[in-house]
Amino acid sequence: MTPASPVTPARMPALPARGHRAGFGHLLLAEWTKIRSVRSTLWTLILFAVVTLGFTALFTALTVHAVNQGRAAGRAAAVVADPTSFILGTGLALGQLAICVLGVLVITSEYSTGVIRASLLAEPRRIIMLAAKASVFAALVLVIAEIVSFCSFFLGAAIARSLVHVSLGDPGVTRAVIGAGLYLTVLGLFALAIGTLIRHTAGAITTVIGLVLVVSPLANLLPYSWGAHIHEYLPTVAGALITADHQQAGQLLSPWQGFGVFCLWTALLLAAATYLLQRRDA
Amino acid sequence: MIEARDLTKRFGRQTAVDRLSFTVAPGTVTGFLGPNGAGKSTTMRLILGLDRPQAGTATINGRLYRDLASPLRTVGALLEAKSVHSGRSARNHLLFLAQTQGISSHRVDEVLGLVGLHDVAGKRAGGFSLGMSQRLGIAAAMLGDPQYLLLDEPVNGLDPEGVLWIRNLMKQLAAEGRTILVSSHLMNEMAVTAEHLIVIGRGRLIADGSTEDVIARSTQKSVRVRSPEAARLAGLITAAGGKAAPPGGLGAANGTDVLTVTGLEAPRIGELAASASIVLHELTPQLASLEEAFMELTSGSLEFGSHDARFEAQPASAADERLR
Repeated sequence: MTPASPVTPARMPALPARGHRAGFGHLLLAEWTKIRSVRSTLWTLILFAVVTLGFTALFTALTVHAVNQGRAAGRAAAVVADPTSFILGTGLALGQLAICVLGVLVITSEYSTGVIRASLLAEPRRIIMLAAKASVFAALVLVIAEIVSFCSFFLGAAIARSLVHVSLGDPGVTRAVIGAGLYLTVLGLFALAIGTLIRHTAGAITTVIGLVLVVSPLANLLPYSWGAHIHEYLPTVAGALITADHQQAGQLLSPWQGFGVFCLWTALLLAAATYLLQRRDA
Repeated sequence: MIEARDLTKRFGRQTAVDRLSFTVAPGTVTGFLGPNGAGKSTTMRLILGLDRPQAGTATINGRLYRDLASPLRTVGALLEAKSVHSGRSARNHLLFLAQTQGISSHRVDEVLGLVGLHDVAGKRAGGFSLGMSQRLGIAAAMLGDPQYLLLDEPVNGLDPEGVLWIRNLMKQLAAEGRTILVSSHLMNEMAVTAEHLIVIGRGRLIADGSTEDVIARSTQKSVRVRSPEAARLAGLITAAGGKAAPPGGLGAANGTDVLTVTGLEAPRIGELAASASIVLHELTPQLASLEEAFMELTSGSLEFGSHDARFEAQPASAADERLR
């Protein structure tokens, strides 16, 4: 490579006055450049859409087929009782893992590649840096998750038409479909917080997925009524309540209450993550 | 001006930086010298606010790094460890940095040209050679046209052409009145680049002064003497207040005819030999190499020093690169 001979840049008119702090908008733009300029973002989101839509179609079709053949009468009753969760549930349960991975990667990839140092040199107020990152990531996930959530609902409703008729006009359905997107967005922030706390990709992904896939079902097995309490107040269990079109009998929390509990968990984790981010050496 | 005052950083029980105080003046290249593990990188990270000191402060123009309004337009830093996402292109890396400070994308292209990376700007940085990565790091440091530059081992991994380029860049930037702190573990490199030296070992300040002074102070002059009556001559030299030892340190092979004399000048040794009618086969004044000077300066402060006298007594093969 030939070294460039001129060494000093001319004073650039492009540089605004020194001592003038760049605004939060600049940081949002920078975080947007970061998130769009790595391939893992695109691939993870494509994976999310394909898995969610694919499994929604597959599971809905299989269930409808089984019920039509008279082999799953009990299942049919459950589907008719809560068609929205039935349609959104399976796809989300698997698709959400991609959002967890993306949420973790957004921050842990900065640690594994050392970009975190560049980021913190550019914005030494770490809480502001994290806020900008979380905002951009949440906005991106919200848009994609709402689109996928609506597509998933329309797809599932069309396939399940012979079994149950459900549309956005039915009570609670629109809220549940929008809620699915909100749930995924908060889940992404939940994963981002854990990524910030753990800082290692593998450890953080294992932790998040362990919480979502292992701890929640295990808590369901706890005996006595306090077991049910613990289970329902777990972050993703509470959060997923918003994807049902109405509160089921025996449920302790309403859809919005459940979502609130999930938001609270996420806020607590983000607070802890911010605290440690400020204190730890980068 | 960059100023460190009583800077102290401990990692567990290990003290990486120990009550370090120094100032870095504008308009010159200040070399930050020390063996590996001396605490150079940690000190730079403390100045840049990446690590929190247990005690002391480091300020840039009187302010903490985190209080700078637009840090990249005030301070440019090249850290030793990589800080680029391997999947992101060089241009996008610089672009996001520019955006944080409201710097236009024209400036990104300009610094890419400045470091000669224009042709590979769109390539993933993961495929860059060490030299190209170093250039990208320099481009990031220069992005905000900063008044202060902190460069941690900038010539590491560069080919001779790249080394020369960095040297000239630093000199020119200093000539423009900027404040430049550049770390290295190579004395020779610093001798040709820096006008001022701050030498540390085990996190402590060892020397702080102009490059010439630091070298002169730590360079021990010696005289190599060869004589068939080396043992008798050694006695005379010792009596005259000098020190005579076989090369390779005390306890090296007996019966050698070579002595390394310190504390006496060559003419005086010649006179001593003549007065006792001792034949001399060789009488050569020697200047320690820069490496020797550096080892002298930092001996006892090596983090991972060899404790085997044989190794310490052999000042590398770089003895050919003499000071003057």
